[in-house]
Amino acid sequence: MIPELGHFALVLALAVALVQGTLPLLGASRGDIRLMDLGRTAALTQALLVIVAFGALTQAYVTSDFSVANVVANSHSAKPLLYKVSGVWGNHEGSMLLWALILALFGAAVAIFGAGLPDTLRARVLAIQALIGLGFLAFLLFTSNPFERVSPPPLDGNGLNPLLQDPGLAFHPPLLYLGYVGFSVTYAFAIAALLEGRVDAAWARWVRPWTLAAWCFLTLGIALGSWWAYYILGWGGFWFWDPVENASLMPWLAGTALLHSAIVVEKRDSLKSWTVLLAILAFSLSLLGTFLVRSGVLTSVHAFAQDPARGMYILGFLLFVTGGGLALFAWRAPKLQGGGLYQPVSREGALILNNLLLCTLAATVLLGTLYPLFLDLLTGSKVSVGPPFFNATFVPICAPLFAALCVGAFPTWKRAEIWPALLKLRLAFIVSIMAAIVAATVIDSRATLAAIAFGFGVWLIAGSLTGFVERVRNGRLRTLPRAFLGMTIAHAGMGVIVLGAVGTGAWNSELMQTMKPGDRASFAGFDFKLERMESLQGPNYIAERATLAVSVGGKPYTVLAPERRLFTVQRRQVAETAIHTNLLRDLYATLGEGEAANGWVIRLYYNPLAPWIWLGAALCALGGFVSLSDRRLRIGAPQGGKRARRPVAAQPAE
Amino acid sequence: MNRRLLFLLPLATLALMAGFFAWSLLAGRDPASIGSVLVGRPAPRLDVKALRDGEPPLTDALLKTGQPTIVNFFASWCTPCLAEHPLFTRLATRDGAVIIGVAWKNKPPEAITWLKRLGDPYKFAGADLEGRTGLDWGLSGVPETYLVDGQGIVRRHFRGPITERDVNETILPFLKGAK
Repeated sequence: MIPELGHFALVLALAVALVQGTLPLLGASRGDIRLMDLGRTAALTQALLVIVAFGALTQAYVTSDFSVANVVANSHSAKPLLYKVSGVWGNHEGSMLLWALILALFGAAVAIFGAGLPDTLRARVLAIQALIGLGFLAFLLFTSNPFERVSPPPLDGNGLNPLLQDPGLAFHPPLLYLGYVGFSVTYAFAIAALLEGRVDAAWARWVRPWTLAAWCFLTLGIALGSWWAYYILGWGGFWFWDPVENASLMPWLAGTALLHSAIVVEKRDSLKSWTVLLAILAFSLSLLGTFLVRSGVLTSVHAFAQDPARGMYILGFLLFVTGGGLALFAWRAPKLQGGGLYQPVSREGALILNNLLLCTLAATVLLGTLYPLFLDLLTGSKVSVGPPFFNATFVPICAPLFAALCVGAFPTWKRAEIWPALLKLRLAFIVSIMAAIVAATVIDSRATLAAIAFGFGVWLIAGSLTGFVERVRNGRLRTLPRAFLGMTIAHAGMGVIVLGAVGTGAWNSELMQTMKPGDRASFAGFDFKLERMESLQGPNYIAERATLAVSVGGKPYTVLAPERRLFTVQRRQVAETAIHTNLLRDLYATLGEGEAANGWVIRLYYNPLAPWIWLGAALCALGGFVSLSDRRLRIGAPQGGKRARRPVAAQPAE
Repeated sequence: MNRRLLFLLPLATLALMAGFFAWSLLAGRDPASIGSVLVGRPAPRLDVKALRDGEPPLTDALLKTGQPTIVNFFASWCTPCLAEHPLFTRLATRDGAVIIGVAWKNKPPEAITWLKRLGDPYKFAGADLEGRTGLDWGLSGVPETYLVDGQGIVRRHFRGPITERDVNETILPFLKGAK
């Protein structure tokens, strides 16, 4: 009964979305306030209905209702409760329902928090949001109904993909979707602005918090995914340039660019059409990622629910959303008049440079991801584009981005001198050069590029702090805008990520050894002894566990117990790595194949600074949230902009 | 006018991309069975230096001996290669299979150390340091394994590590049947 209620709620939500997607648009063009207000009511109703549908599916999972086909295919009564709940979105149908839910919640949020928006803009934003929702709801109901029943119901389910039975991955999709779907709001704002034919500071002030929120969630989602890959795939790496990873990185890069260009629109009334384009692209790239992952046009280690028929639908939807948006852009954007004039050396100039570099990065990732597909279709030859391509293209473009990042925060609007900024940064510059030299001589003399990258990481942190310290010294700590504090934290967080990536990627050491119980190995200053091997019986898997006693100089230090689990239902092996961290380095052990006669293959990794990768990502997201709590963004009144602009303009160049 | 065209550029890019996507979907292409292209055709050129010192380079002649041959691309840095390695050792020792191993994008000393530690099942071992031969063979990563019959025709292509099941159901019958 409850699954039918969920299904019914979904159908109603579709009908409400249809109303929400049409009538307010009509109202906005006719100036009919009643039709426009309908958008708010509809948005709230739609959210409520999708919540009911999502709740119904969750209920079916929690109670293991095996009369629902989706539950049979993806759940099992013996599964822990956490994975029963995360199983809801650990499959194609459920994850699409989660998309629809988050989309509807964002729509409701615009309806609730958007009271201060101009009526026509709000009506149009809500309508666009509803049209996107319509696409997802129709997709769910017509091709991927999560509430389909089976009769007679089987005794038990097939279980969840073993790789997904992990706390890290339980929360990875919701965070990622909060990011992807958050960009739908900025997309809706962009389309609404094109329809209105007006982009101004007030618009940018409205767009920025949504972009920031989406960006923060996306950052966390990507970081969690990367952390998961690090400890579950057992390869010791944290980023593999897999199409699925790239799919999440592209909207992140576009979103980061948007975050910065929206500042220019807000403060200087310039870069309008570019910002609108970025807002369209950020969401389009999110959809493109969904398409690539689910349609089966590209292979990937973690692609799921590949189905060409669904691929065609998503492609059609992608074309409708992106194509519609870009066509509207081509038609209306040339009419958007840019405001302020500025010199190349100015904060505007710095932010444009930031945008150019970030977009080049996004384009590089897009090209690297799609090139094998294009080449295959055109010439029939198969190539793989992997880390070598991205190391040769992506990483070098990061260098100017990072170099300019710290300098770019100093110039004033309109026009500035480059020298005062460089002079202020001299200490940071010296510190980072020293760090690079120390890295090149003391830590690892063979890895010159790594040492340079390490210097860049230190530069990012020191440079970000320089601006902060200067403001504090000038006694402006109390009036320091939260946005500035957030920027400092996020930029420094980026530096922390770079340090972590250099440590893990370049200075790690690794030992692979075949060991029998009683065997010893010494590695990276630690002594390892394989104490014993044992077989374990888990709830839905059997496992082999190695117990490694780690000691330093004869003193017991820690015990690492990596496992190799074989999930019996799916006949799939999953490595359960053992990691000992002290926040400065990870000691990482995985258990490979083996048998009693010849011993087991054990891989040991020493990954310096590895935890910093995720620590840095968390700092970036924290910076975003701090920035989001800025008073100006919370109030969002256009007149606030004029007040806030003055102190910046009055800032002496020194 | 030029400015207008500039604003059309994103749309044009999208149209181009969408065309490719639709083509890919409609062509019914299965990216997972990437290797089927080579099956039934003469094996691509084999031209690599020997991995072990003092051995002659590997050439096409090795594939046309009238004997069925297994060609395996591996690397010491590849974890899945570790998983399939015992199967090759058994194929070589128990079943007497002729296995050609090509260390792909792998420094010879590292590959040799790896083989010394785990055992060397390769009758002939080559080093494809730049990955050029791997490119000719349509490699998309390691490990990949090809079954080549006595006339040098590729009969089967495995992407990823071979399994016990592949050995029993495909490789052993192939070694018995192919000439």
